[in-house]
Amino acid sequence: MKANGAQSYLDEGSTVSSWLATTDHKRIAILYFLAITGFFALGGAAAAAFRTELIFPHGYFVSSDTYNRLFTLHGIIMVWFFLIPSIPTTIGNFVIPLMIGAPDLAFPRINLLSWYFFMAGGLITLLAILVGGVDTGWTFYTPFSTTFSESQVPLAILGVVVSGVSSIMTGLNFIVTIHRLRAPGMTWFRLPLFIWSLYATSIILVVATPVLALTLILIGIERITGMGIFDPALGGDPVLFQHLFWFYSHPAVYIMVLPGMGVVSELITCFSRKRIFGYGAIAVASLAIGGFGFLLWGHHMFVSSQTIYAGLAFSLLSFIIAIPSAIKVFNWTATLYHGHITLTAPMLYALGFIGLFTVGGLTGLFLASLAEDIHLHDTYFVVAHFHYIMVGGTVMAYFGALHFWWPKITGKMYPERWGQISAVSSFIGFNVTFFPQFILGFLGNPRRYHVYPEEFRPLHIVSTLGTLFLAVGYIAPAFYLLNSLVRGRRAEDNPWGATGLEWQTSSPPPPHNFPSPPVVTEGPYAYE
Amino acid sequence: MSSEAGASTMNALKFSSSTQAEDYERTTSELGMWVFLVSEAMIFSGLVFCLFAYRVMYPEATRAGAMHLKENLGTLNTAVLLTSSFTLAVAVWAESGRLALSRAAARRLVAITVVLGALFLGIKGYEYVAEYQEGFFPWGPFRWNGTDGAQVRLFFLLYFILTGFHAAHLLVGMLLLTIVCLRGSVGTGSSLLALSGLYWHFVDVIWVFLYPLLYLGGS
Repeated sequence: MKANGAQSYLDEGSTVSSWLATTDHKRIAILYFLAITGFFALGGAAAAAFRTELIFPHGYFVSSDTYNRLFTLHGIIMVWFFLIPSIPTTIGNFVIPLMIGAPDLAFPRINLLSWYFFMAGGLITLLAILVGGVDTGWTFYTPFSTTFSESQVPLAILGVVVSGVSSIMTGLNFIVTIHRLRAPGMTWFRLPLFIWSLYATSIILVVATPVLALTLILIGIERITGMGIFDPALGGDPVLFQHLFWFYSHPAVYIMVLPGMGVVSELITCFSRKRIFGYGAIAVASLAIGGFGFLLWGHHMFVSSQTIYAGLAFSLLSFIIAIPSAIKVFNWTATLYHGHITLTAPMLYALGFIGLFTVGGLTGLFLASLAEDIHLHDTYFVVAHFHYIMVGGTVMAYFGALHFWWPKITGKMYPERWGQISAVSSFIGFNVTFFPQFILGFLGNPRRYHVYPEEFRPLHIVSTLGTLFLAVGYIAPAFYLLNSLVRGRRAEDNPWGATGLEWQTSSPPPPHNFPSPPVVTEGPYAYE
Repeated sequence: MSSEAGASTMNALKFSSSTQAEDYERTTSELGMWVFLVSEAMIFSGLVFCLFAYRVMYPEATRAGAMHLKENLGTLNTAVLLTSSFTLAVAVWAESGRLALSRAAARRLVAITVVLGALFLGIKGYEYVAEYQEGFFPWGPFRWNGTDGAQVRLFFLLYFILTGFHAAHLLVGMLLLTIVCLRGSVGTGSSLLALSGLYWHFVDVIWVFLYPLLYLGGS
């Protein structure tokens, strides 16, 4: 379907097995995209359910036990089956080889295998949900998860562990690809910043995820055999579980945000028509965030009985990691300054990211302050903080990336006006949903509570109303992006006039990306 | 990278010979195996961290439990595993051309490595059975004469989980090496032997840490 007659990867076979047995990173990206879209819908439905329930201070539709299972479902699905894979496995899988001038990833078959592991983990988790679900929260704290919870803990854990194997494979593939498959002339400091972000993300995937797998397996052993190392009856320490769990789960949040930051770097430069300000600083900041992220886990445990000295150390380090993040925000802002800005849908999403991530990051500092955290821990303030980063940040970046690379992936343009409407709607809806939760938390409303005092009701109602706008922002793209596949305008090779090797090949690309390997002679973002 | 031109792509359009392309592919696979071994190291690190935590919390119980491990069998097993790493290393050297050895001899060395691995598992299995009979199996009928029985049980939980994980990884290594033997791919320049070799040495290194942490903790 290309003017110059080059075959598109979409035309290379249209049977089911040509998709399910593909080793083309572009097709695997689409397989992942379909899977995580389904999981996003499921996690979102759970959120809609409990946000509706929270209109009523004493509950209405569901029992407290069901409520617990709903927010647990939301957390498990959104964290492990949407956010962690989102940008890396959809955008990353598709774009990394193109950006570095390679025909595919280093290990295409492992890439396909990673998708099957992801699907297996997802199906096992869905099964766990269908046979009753889990009520422990996505954090599986002991001894509730090991001893007292009467829910499908082992099955849910198995699903998460299996999907973790998929994460490790993806990270491994990306690291080796970025090291070994760069096109001639593509030196490390000519790489787009999206690659640097995904490189840092991949290191975390490889180093942190195994610890999660181990920790969950230990819970599984304790749960199934009735005896394990976290059992207080034996002298086991439930806080040891928390250390192990958060040793993974804190770096995990950087798995979730770093790819989003990488996307924002690409979008800001393209739609400011300017070279990025401080390329080296942003690249190094990505590695710094990835590395430092391993040293902060105890800030989830300030009130867990860890010593004040541990608290001091983790608090200080949590403040320090704000620095590389802030450097990125400053550099993006400096890039925008005197740029030739066009407010396309991807740009709106990127700008939304910068604003919302900044709020999320700053509120993280409140939580990192020891005394304040005693007041704010386990309240809605925490919930608002991490949603500002994961939804206001990562999900905005994900949608921005989808819109930006949509022409490259599908060869079609989406309707720009609808894209802008969705970006604005999700921005407004997001703030209406989550800003009241900062206030609720500050006033003392605990998180994960099914019932709450009557005086908090107005804020809960506002929050729930916000979800309607948010839903518009997420559901509209489902329609117009799908529609564009059939009725969209055909896209040129480089509809945005962007720099980057992925725009030098056709939209959609041919099966092995480039007719002949490109040779790189200049740095990225050569917009002037 | 080797030059200012950077790396070439895997479809070898810039390689000057097919052996250069093969070498590139082999070293790329080896980088992949190294990255994988990092992830494996993190699993064992988590377990070792648990061991350290409980050693700090319950020093007497840990020492008491460790004293009842069979140190001489553990030492023998360490020697077995180190020897197996040596035989495998010689086979890998032969395949890479650094040692003049016939393909059949190299293949026999790989087979000996597998046999030594089986010997390790046999000795370990014997230890497990003995420990069960002595009442140290934490999930079974546990018998402990003395104080701190609960915490000693905790130690044995960690001992069985740690050595169990290690044994499982050893089994995977044996499977890989058996495939290498059966495929007859030793000496053909295939990287499967080199990759399996890396994995096997890793399993050996893990044991080199487990042995003092567990067995020598009782002295």
